[in-house]
Amino acid sequence: MKTIAEINEKIKKGKAVVTTAEEIIDLVKKKGIKKTASEVDVVTTATFAPMCSSGAYFNIGQPKPKIKLGGGKLHLNDIPCYPGFAAGDFFLGATALADDNPKNRPHPGEFRYGGGHLIEDLVSGKDVKLEAYSYGTDCYPRKSLSALVNIKDFNEAILFNPRNCYQNYNVAVNFSKKTIYTYMGVLKPNLGNAHYCSSGQLSPLLNDPYYQTIGIGTRIFLGGGIGYVAWYGTQHNPKVSRTKGGIPIGPAGTLTLIGDLKGMKQEWLRGASFLGYGATLIVGIGIPIPLLNEEICRGTAVKDEDIYTEIVDYSGSYFKKSKKNNLGKVNYKELRSGKIKICRKEVPTASLSSYSKAKDIAEILKGWIKQGSFFLTEPVEKLPSVDSEVEFKPLKIR
Amino acid sequence: MDQPIVCNLVKDYELEFNILKAYVTPREEGLLVLELSGEDKNYEQGIQYLREAGVKVQPLSQDIIRNEERCTHCGVCVPICPTGALVVEPLTRKVNFYDNKCIACELCVKACPVRAMEVHF
Repeated sequence: MKTIAEINEKIKKGKAVVTTAEEIIDLVKKKGIKKTASEVDVVTTATFAPMCSSGAYFNIGQPKPKIKLGGGKLHLNDIPCYPGFAAGDFFLGATALADDNPKNRPHPGEFRYGGGHLIEDLVSGKDVKLEAYSYGTDCYPRKSLSALVNIKDFNEAILFNPRNCYQNYNVAVNFSKKTIYTYMGVLKPNLGNAHYCSSGQLSPLLNDPYYQTIGIGTRIFLGGGIGYVAWYGTQHNPKVSRTKGGIPIGPAGTLTLIGDLKGMKQEWLRGASFLGYGATLIVGIGIPIPLLNEEICRGTAVKDEDIYTEIVDYSGSYFKKSKKNNLGKVNYKELRSGKIKICRKEVPTASLSSYSKAKDIAEILKGWIKQGSFFLTEPVEKLPSVDSEVEFKPLKIR
Repeated sequence: MDQPIVCNLVKDYELEFNILKAYVTPREEGLLVLELSGEDKNYEQGIQYLREAGVKVQPLSQDIIRNEERCTHCGVCVPICPTGALVVEPLTRKVNFYDNKCIACELCVKACPVRAMEVHF
């Protein structure tokens, strides 16, 4: 048994033993849970995948005379932002598109530049064009503003992701006879391919299945800089069915993340385009798990073959035929082999989440902790778990 | 171009062809992606004929280039590629691009979320 304070003391002295969630698997295999739990202090987990529920808050500072953005309109590089809350603040969402973007006409649209790309441009230090219109008040008389701005010009730039780090996700396939364009990528007809999106054995919440250490206030690697878990994520759904080892089968827990965008790097925040679907942001996340006891250690030793998920037909045509939504279960070892069997057909698999980049992030975070530049935090509050009332429900149309 | 160039490659130089892609628009620049096979000498002369007729000729591997800085090695391009030019390396989980296997069909270009596959004609 260790405490976070004791681990931080070891980090300070440069004596903390840190491994990635991939390395811990072999260690546990060789030394057993008990010995590994006492020897290793921290396990680093990571993910690098598209997540549409991403965005950023900015404060522009005021020009002379001042402008009241709240209630007005604001565009950055022609992309509409949401200024409906204060005089100098606005929010930019990862999936936002310019008003004149052709979107899905002709189908499938390309979505080459959206909010996610704009966030990447800002982080890379590019100047962007700001245009704002307002109605003018006695204290904020200016009615329009047109200026080139840089991330350095903003007082604050805060990455805020209401939902990220999905604890497991579906495998997407297409049972119909025509190609479909989805947030899970281009799905070829007649089970032509199967797409999945998780770093599996490296994924943060899959290494802490009952949220024993990752909680509100946890300090993390976010987009190459420092961030925090702000809340449980939207659509957090801890009560889904789980394997004997506690691993949820399909989408479950999520995290709300926050961090200083000014400290982030382009390499770990990437604008992305999904053909026929839209624009989004790929976010690099690394979360440390302190090995406080054997149970937590066992959680981090999870392997791709222990993690199962459901195969879901995104065309809806399988449901029409069978009244079932899913076509069975598969584990991540099988998914990573490059092909799986569905309805007796061999289907090639591909990942939307980059395992190799997740591995790089886990290594970077490991380096930060070993060097003594990153300390662990005690969660202020735990995330709702299986014993909570939190559930994901569909909207009933009234 | 006022000559039936592909026909002449067959007739005059005994070259076999396989058209992989063609954009031919009247009074504009066209583009043909061809697989050619035949005797070495005939091939050289055929290419020479094309150049003299004003056709810009370049090998395929120069056409599709992966922007190494943008590629995140997610692997979503792998099953889309019809010739196996994009392959996941099992140990590192990185995606290798074998440009000698690429037929420049461009299917990967729009399927890549970060647009790492670039066309350079």
